[in-house]
Order: sequence, then C-alpha cells, then structure tokens
Amino acid sequence: MAIEVRIPTILRTYTDGAKQVEGTGSTLGELFVDLDAKHSGLRDRLVDDGGLRRFVNVYLNDEDVRFLAGLDTPVKDGDTVTVLPAVAGGAG
Amino acid sequence: MLTIRNDLRDKIVAHARADHPDEACGVLAGPAGSDRPERFIPMTNAARSPTFYEFDSTEQFRVWREMDDRDEEPVVIYHSHTATEAYPSRTDTSYANEPGAHYVLVSTRDPDQAEFRSYRIIEGQVTEEPVTVVE
Repeated sequence: MAIEVRIPTILRTYTDGAKQVEGTGSTLGELFVDLDAKHSGLRDRLVDDGGLRRFVNVYLNDEDVRFLAGLDTPVKDGDTVTVLPAVAGGAG
Repeated sequence: MLTIRNDLRDKIVAHARADHPDEACGVLAGPAGSDRPERFIPMTNAARSPTFYEFDSTEQFRVWREMDDRDEEPVVIYHSHTATEAYPSRTDTSYANEPGAHYVLVSTRDPDQAEFRSYRIIEGQVTEEPVTVVE
C-alpha cells in the first residue's frame, strides 16, 4: 500500500503523462521529497522557500492541507493527496 | 474557436453584472474531449476584489471532483474585468493553468454593453479566438 497522488494536467509532464502516481512518507513534505526522487522537478512546482507554493492547492483526502498542517500534515498509506493549480487572475 | 450556447453566454454575462464591481468567475463544464461547454458553474470569488479573482479552494476541489466523476472537464474558465477591457492581463496569463480550456473574459466597464471575448492561453501565450454563439 502507498499514498495515491493525483496530478493535474499541467504537471503531468513530470510524470510521463500519468494522472496518478504513488509515493510514501509520514508527512506531506516527506511525500513530496519521495515523489521528486521518482519524478524529478515535481517538488519544485509544489514547494518554495516559504513552504507550499501560493497558487497550488493540495488536498489530503477532501481537505485543503492549508487548513491542516501544511507540509507537516501527517499522511499514511491509503490516503489520497490531490494537487490542483489554483484558478486565479484579474485585471490588476 | 469557442462555440457556446446563447443561454450559457447570457448566464456568464448576468453573473458578471450581478457581482460588479467585484470580478466574477466560474466554469463551463462539458464532456471530456468534446470541447462543448454544457454546464454552468458559477464560482465564489474568494478574493472578492474588483481587480483579482481566485476560486475558493474547497469549492474548487468539490467542482473538479464532480467533473471527474461525470467524465467532464473545464471547457471554459471565465472571469470578468470591471473597469478594463476584456483582455487577459499579465496576472491572467501567468496563472492560466488549464491548457485545454477556453479562457473567457467579460468586461462590465460599460453599464449597457458587456464585452465577451475568448482566448487560448498556453505556456504564457495568449491567442484570441472567435466566439460562435448558437441557439
């Protein structure tokens, strides 16, 4: 068993087109490091010096991890992590 | 080219007018691969701003999951500009993350005449496309 990670269209270039990949770790941060080992460059699209990137939404099962513990959110086998780029913009 | 039903176009414009002077935003979902917008999904602008919009993250998750379950995709992502033209700004271009979507912009700067235009935004490149309105 592992953690299922759903990848949005725009990040599938890092996963050879796969919309779903697997990883391990006991926190979200560790999971991203594990994913990056298999899909080089992916972590950099999700994380920056300040933590989770501003316009990237990450959900643990149904919850936005910003309402949990961000990168320190504990994850376990059988969980589903979903990544969705934020939809944003505007005139100014 | 964007082909869109009259009633969906009207709903987008009505939403933009209703939220003016804040920017309105939302999605038209359609069957995956069809390029046909069918389902109107107005979204909450979590930024509630006259110059910025952002989908509420929890609402976005619910809507994207629902589209996935229904084998749909976001065919149109729309938002309004309330004081400037219906053209993608630099912000719009840098945050456009659904390469398959038609980005529709509405301007409500004129109280009588709404501007409604559509664009493809792929890898930072904005290309305007014609809009065909059908019954």
